Amino acid sequence: MSLLDYLLPYDFSPLTVLSYMLVLGFYGVGLLRMPDEDRPGGLRIFAFVLGVMICYGVMQTRFDYYAQYMFFVHRGQHLILHHIGPILIALSNPLPIMRFWYAKMSPGLKNALRPVGWMYQVLQYPLIALILFVGLIYFWLWPSIHFDAMLSRDLYWIMNWSMLLDGLLFWWLVFDPRPPAITSSLGYGRRMLVLAAAGVLQMFLGAWIVFSRDMVYDVYEVCGRAWPIDPDVDQLLGGMLTYIPPAMMSVLGILLILRRAMHQDGKYPKPSRQSKETTQ
Amino acid sequence: MSFGFSKKQASRPLAIFTIMLAAFLAGCSDNQISYNGKDLSGLMPELEFNLINSDGDQVTAEDYSGKVRMMFFGFTSCPDICPTAMQTLSRAKSGLPPELQDDVLMLFVSVDPERDTPERLDKYVSFFGENIVGLTGTEPQLRELAKRYRTTFGYGEPNEKGNYDVSHSSAVYIFDRQGQARLLIRPDQGAEKISQDLIALAQGNS
Repeated sequence: MSLLDYLLPYDFSPLTVLSYMLVLGFYGVGLLRMPDEDRPGGLRIFAFVLGVMICYGVMQTRFDYYAQYMFFVHRGQHLILHHIGPILIALSNPLPIMRFWYAKMSPGLKNALRPVGWMYQVLQYPLIALILFVGLIYFWLWPSIHFDAMLSRDLYWIMNWSMLLDGLLFWWLVFDPRPPAITSSLGYGRRMLVLAAAGVLQMFLGAWIVFSRDMVYDVYEVCGRAWPIDPDVDQLLGGMLTYIPPAMMSVLGILLILRRAMHQDGKYPKPSRQSKETTQ
Repeated sequence: MSFGFSKKQASRPLAIFTIMLAAFLAGCSDNQISYNGKDLSGLMPELEFNLINSDGDQVTAEDYSGKVRMMFFGFTSCPDICPTAMQTLSRAKSGLPPELQDDVLMLFVSVDPERDTPERLDKYVSFFGENIVGLTGTEPQLRELAKRYRTTFGYGEPNEKGNYDVSHSSAVYIFDRQGQARLLIRPDQGAEKISQDLIALAQGNS
């Protein structure tokens, strides 16, 4: 196989390619047009582009083929879509670019987008965000649902997109750069609680897969694997990818938030209820 | 540090979420007859292919329409999985009532076109009984078909005699008379259970 075969999509999805092009396009044009003082630095731009590109890479290159026919590669795919990619994007803080485009929107469009804003508010309620984040992992790994998702092209795409979008929502909630002392963003304590809970719940699932003696995900057996590998080894590796790295992400996230909280300690005057309401 | 743990949080988002979840779950209920195999309804596209048969002629799914079809991917040099599966499927077919015998067709798709010439394919399928169609094609044609049904195959390294292993799906795809993907069965379920499913399908929409 040539290099091109590895870079081209296994299962071409025009909508996916278009979405990524739009995201990168808006980001790039926004960067060029925005005032110099608002523009993010090189490292942040790099983190954003890297986050977007690795998500694209696992969805629209040969990687996707291996993810469809190997359980552990599939787990790696979701680790990127649900964790690493969104974490990079959230940490890159694309807020200035979003603000730039928001300012350019016509009032009519802003009005039309209002329901999206309400939906966002609901989904970013911490308990709901947590249930969605962990629930989606459990949902798509539920053996019978996983079986269907790997057999149906439509379900497969819904699965991957839902993981990516929810990953973005969750990690944005956690790494929202706006200080909670003066804005409506989530308090640091809650962010850490949500991360800890997500970490523990993912460890339960990962440990269950790792220590399962039986073949839990036999769809890969039924549909053939990308290359000959002992099914138990495939499941063990997949289980470990569900077990260890996500737990590490949670711990890392907590440390980052703790650092941020300590830096901001005493920086902002304790808000009275009235002043808090005005900033919301 | 602002750890704001104020209990005063709006419970409205939770209520909305619960309603959304309930609406989602309500859409999931179904009440279909249960098969021994895995129900594929709505999961996979209808039967479609462009291959050559064991006479060397170009054929499409249309050429075999009107029958319940069992599609199986394999290769004739297969040491274990294929012969066992073929025997089981053949037994399942013999277990059908006489009037349904001609309504069920087995499609054996060889994913090893390099070695499986139409002649060789013909000999192989005839060995397992009648009403079995041997199919193969170029590798891109076979890859396309495999991708359509979410499966894959691969070739191992050849040994000193030039023999090589082929990895392939172990499942059998069953399509109804209209060509809709209906069931996914595993040959190790046994001939009897497969027969039951075939009867249900053949009688279900004749």
